Amino acid sequence: MLNLYLTNILTPDNLWYLFITVLFILLIAVPVLIGMAMLTWFERKILGWMHLRHGPMYVGPFGLLQPFADAIKLMFKEPFLPDASSKFMYLLAPILIFVPALIAWAVIPMSETSQGVWVLANINLGVLYLLAISSLGVYGILMAGWASNSKYPFLGAVRSGAQMVSYEVSMGLIILSVILLSGSMNLTDIVHAQQGLWFFIPAFPAFVMFLVSILAETNRHPFDLPEAEAELVAGYNTEYSAMGFALFFLGEYIAMITMSAFTTLLFLGGWLPPLNVAPFTWVPGILWFALKVLAILFFMIWVRGTFPRYRYDQLMRLGWKIFLPLSLIWLIITATCVKLHSENGVQPPAPADVKALDQSSEANPVSLGQAA
Amino acid sequence: MAEYFPILLFAAIAVAIAIAMSAIPWLVNRPRYGKAKMSAYESGFEAFDTARRTFDVRFYLVAILFIVFDLEVAFLFPWAMVIKEISWFGFWSMMAFLAVLTIGFIYEWKKGALEWE
Repeated sequence: MLNLYLTNILTPDNLWYLFITVLFILLIAVPVLIGMAMLTWFERKILGWMHLRHGPMYVGPFGLLQPFADAIKLMFKEPFLPDASSKFMYLLAPILIFVPALIAWAVIPMSETSQGVWVLANINLGVLYLLAISSLGVYGILMAGWASNSKYPFLGAVRSGAQMVSYEVSMGLIILSVILLSGSMNLTDIVHAQQGLWFFIPAFPAFVMFLVSILAETNRHPFDLPEAEAELVAGYNTEYSAMGFALFFLGEYIAMITMSAFTTLLFLGGWLPPLNVAPFTWVPGILWFALKVLAILFFMIWVRGTFPRYRYDQLMRLGWKIFLPLSLIWLIITATCVKLHSENGVQPPAPADVKALDQSSEANPVSLGQAA
Repeated sequence: MAEYFPILLFAAIAVAIAIAMSAIPWLVNRPRYGKAKMSAYESGFEAFDTARRTFDVRFYLVAILFIVFDLEVAFLFPWAMVIKEISWFGFWSMMAFLAVLTIGFIYEWKKGALEWE
């Protein structure tokens, strides 16, 4: 019986499909992990220059191999389980932070060629998926703080939990206003909708609020209260060492890249060139995408090098009393404009959109939907 | 649903990578037990008392507020998708919903649920 079942499942076609899918996953995961490593180098270098220092410069040319040296060092550090900790949750927490940060990349379209869109899973609910996955990170942080059974990590964890959920509400409302403009939750369609005009121009207030919100959402300066080293030592990861500690950093920095990519897709036209004319269109889409992501990452580091840390009450005030009402008002304005626009004779291209969506998923070699 | 299979596979691979990475230090190091090392970190002092204590109720309040507003955001997603096709009645129903929500928000604000002093 089992044998029959296996021969039905493990057909050469299915195995080939499995192999190709795993290959594509590694093709996404490995560059993201290397990109994350290089991001730590980039951050230290930029911060160094802002402080009139050199930053890392001894390991490899320009200190480029520093992140890899750090990784190897952390591998050989001694791991330990604090006596008071809840052992299982203590070990699980770093994994719970790392995994959602990485699998968010399953839906992020990175470029488009004549063969199709470069994305692993071109799902219709891409935006919702990203929103859901990125908010899973808070479980890992809360679990780490609770399982450590130590005061600093616990305080860091509750702070971080409250901070992340506060900004998630206004982030959700801002994303809704982009969905209103594009009429789709598929990330590829959102980029296509920006063909003529990138959304950061009509939705500039939303863009600014989103940029600030991603800083709070990824616990970055000036909102890095959870790990405020002056008062909480290191926040939720105080009791961690070796790779457990490294996984928190991996998760955090991958989340930074993910949020930058998300901003790029929502507001900066994804892989589209700034002008649809000759010298710009020669550059491959993936390079434009990488350049825009890098620009936002630079912004995040620049903010870190420039601004002092917020106080916790100021942080909550900004989230609940300023961003929430503003993003709600912005949503109502956008909804009214979109509705008026669609009523005033301009027929929405709804059937065409559906057709384009079908074509894009058929022509998409990476989504692999048909092979199954 | 076939589109979601690669995501499942991605999740499985990510879990495998994470477990493998967190296992490396346990394999290459011999953990040495030390009483001070295994106790909770408290800036070099012996821990005064347990960390499983009461904490500020405002964190709980924020979580409650989050549930209310996040549900509302989830409620808005389908409406935002079809706003061009629905009638003005559909448009105004959601506006009425948002108005009710705004009244609730003002109430919270006046009650001081958003204060951190």
